[in-house]
Amino acid sequence: MSVTEQHLSTHKGKQTSSKRNKRTKWLSALRRDRSLYLLALPGILFFLVFKYIPMWGIVIAFQDYSPFRGIQGSEWVGLQHFTTLFANPDFALLFRNTLAISLLNLILFFPFPILISLGLNELRNVTYKRLIQTVIYMPHFLSWVIIAGLTLLLFAKGTGLVNELFVLWGWPRVDILTNPDSFWIMVTLQAMWKEAGWGTIVFLAAMASVDTQLYEAARMDGAGRLRQIWHITLPAIRSVIIVLLILRLGDIMEVGFEQIFLMYNGAVSEVAEVFDTYVYRTGIEQGDFSYSTAVGLFKSVVGLVLVVVANRLVKRMGQEGVY
Amino acid sequence: MQRLKWSERIGQSLNAIVLGLLAVAMFFPLYYVFVVSFTDPGEYLQKKIVLFPQRWSAEAYTYLLSTPAFARSLGNSAFLATVGTVCSLAVSSSLAYALSQKRFYFRKVLMFLIVLTILFSPGIIPNYLLVRELGLINNIWALILPALANGWTVLLMKNFFDSLPAEISEAASIDGCSAIRTWYTIVLPLSMPALAAFGLFFAVGYWNQFFAALLYLNDSAKWPIQVLLQNMLLNASNIDLVAPGQQMETPPTEMLKMAAIIVAIMPVLVVYPFIQKHFAKGAMVGSVKG
Repeated sequence: MSVTEQHLSTHKGKQTSSKRNKRTKWLSALRRDRSLYLLALPGILFFLVFKYIPMWGIVIAFQDYSPFRGIQGSEWVGLQHFTTLFANPDFALLFRNTLAISLLNLILFFPFPILISLGLNELRNVTYKRLIQTVIYMPHFLSWVIIAGLTLLLFAKGTGLVNELFVLWGWPRVDILTNPDSFWIMVTLQAMWKEAGWGTIVFLAAMASVDTQLYEAARMDGAGRLRQIWHITLPAIRSVIIVLLILRLGDIMEVGFEQIFLMYNGAVSEVAEVFDTYVYRTGIEQGDFSYSTAVGLFKSVVGLVLVVVANRLVKRMGQEGVY
Repeated sequence: MQRLKWSERIGQSLNAIVLGLLAVAMFFPLYYVFVVSFTDPGEYLQKKIVLFPQRWSAEAYTYLLSTPAFARSLGNSAFLATVGTVCSLAVSSSLAYALSQKRFYFRKVLMFLIVLTILFSPGIIPNYLLVRELGLINNIWALILPALANGWTVLLMKNFFDSLPAEISEAASIDGCSAIRTWYTIVLPLSMPALAAFGLFFAVGYWNQFFAALLYLNDSAKWPIQVLLQNMLLNASNIDLVAPGQQMETPPTEMLKMAAIIVAIMPVLVVYPFIQKHFAKGAMVGSVKG
């Protein structure tokens, strides 16, 4: 036996023994704290069954899945569903709508809670501040069904409050909900109404942790409120803004599904069909499981890549990322 | 308090006014729906726009609540919200507590696997197929089991348990307390404020659950309130909303819709003030780094 061989074999021996060691280690850990692992068991089972089995279910995107034959018996078709999707003229439309709504969200919605927080942070009267917070947090707890319903009751062409007012004032009725031109802005405003107040929580918390001495020092130096906001408050919440911005960027493929689904109507389908609603229509309504899984997978992967890339960019800029 | 310059005072008043207007804008739709739903049907039909009614009436409510479909869906949602919330809190907090213990051997691997479920979702169809394979179609548990826990909540809860002094668990285990007993008799009672906040989020989640119900429940007798609402408000189908054997005149559809909205948000409105002081804290636990 040559030296190297000998070396290899002892190395191998070490490896197996350390492997065995490891195994006995976790086994003895299990035995020692049985109760602890028992406590974690239901949760672990939950994640396995309801989060990881569906991940495995993704394989049907590469199959011609037949419910009768199951995943094991179904035929493999490779990337066929993806090529079908990319060749489909609907694809450009889905992409455009998803991006448009996301970008509107990013431009209009994203800065809104920051502005509100800056304003709330300047309020001196605590009772007034709390009252406003209570009111603007509230819509966060309403379901999309209710919000879509409220929108209809306010803006419907026939009986909505806005149009009744217009009639009262002698103006013509306007068509908002079945008008493709106003759909994107409408859903953005809806989302702002529902979530902007809630979005202030994180920023307000970050602002609350600012050392008040900084403001006093700035005052001494003759800085007005706006300058103090610019030079103290905003830098203080910068890291929070960046983290949330990354999360938003990662969610670019994600437009509130229930919201769009509920606001969807035949008249606006051209601008309202997004990836998720398309998956629902082709998958659940038309039963094309494999194709719609492929569409969903495409969306999820793009989303994942976006988060990872955005996070890396931020870290390169010297900021703390999301993970 | 320091003296303020005039320009600053004007700035502050402007700020207060703008924020006040914002709050009014957010509150107005709810106010409007509330007021109209309690208006006398005759007055509403005549005026169409009611900002403050001359004659109040609860007719829309008495009609609505006497229809079996509406009452039944309220019951379904109440079941979902209570049973679901208790189960969710139990499953999430037990896992989160176990993961917060340093001696948990697979801590890192499990944490990674949980974070992964936040970053990547397999989409609607694989979830649907799983629920179908499990035979849960048309079963109310299809709305509870897949929603028992989620990565974010477990992470937030774990961070919360991390913030409890480790000595508590150590002392308990030295005294011969098992982890399960420590969790149940010591840690959970200590975590009441956090549990209240997480519980509210779960409860609201179950109460507002719409899409899962649409996917999994075909039988309208099992519908939770949100699906019934969708049919009422957006599909304009009133088929189910016929009060049996009643001589009552049907109030205007719009009013019924508004009353339905108010009933559906009532539970949230009632619980909200009690938990409000906790939820900001609960939402914050661990959500901001550093």
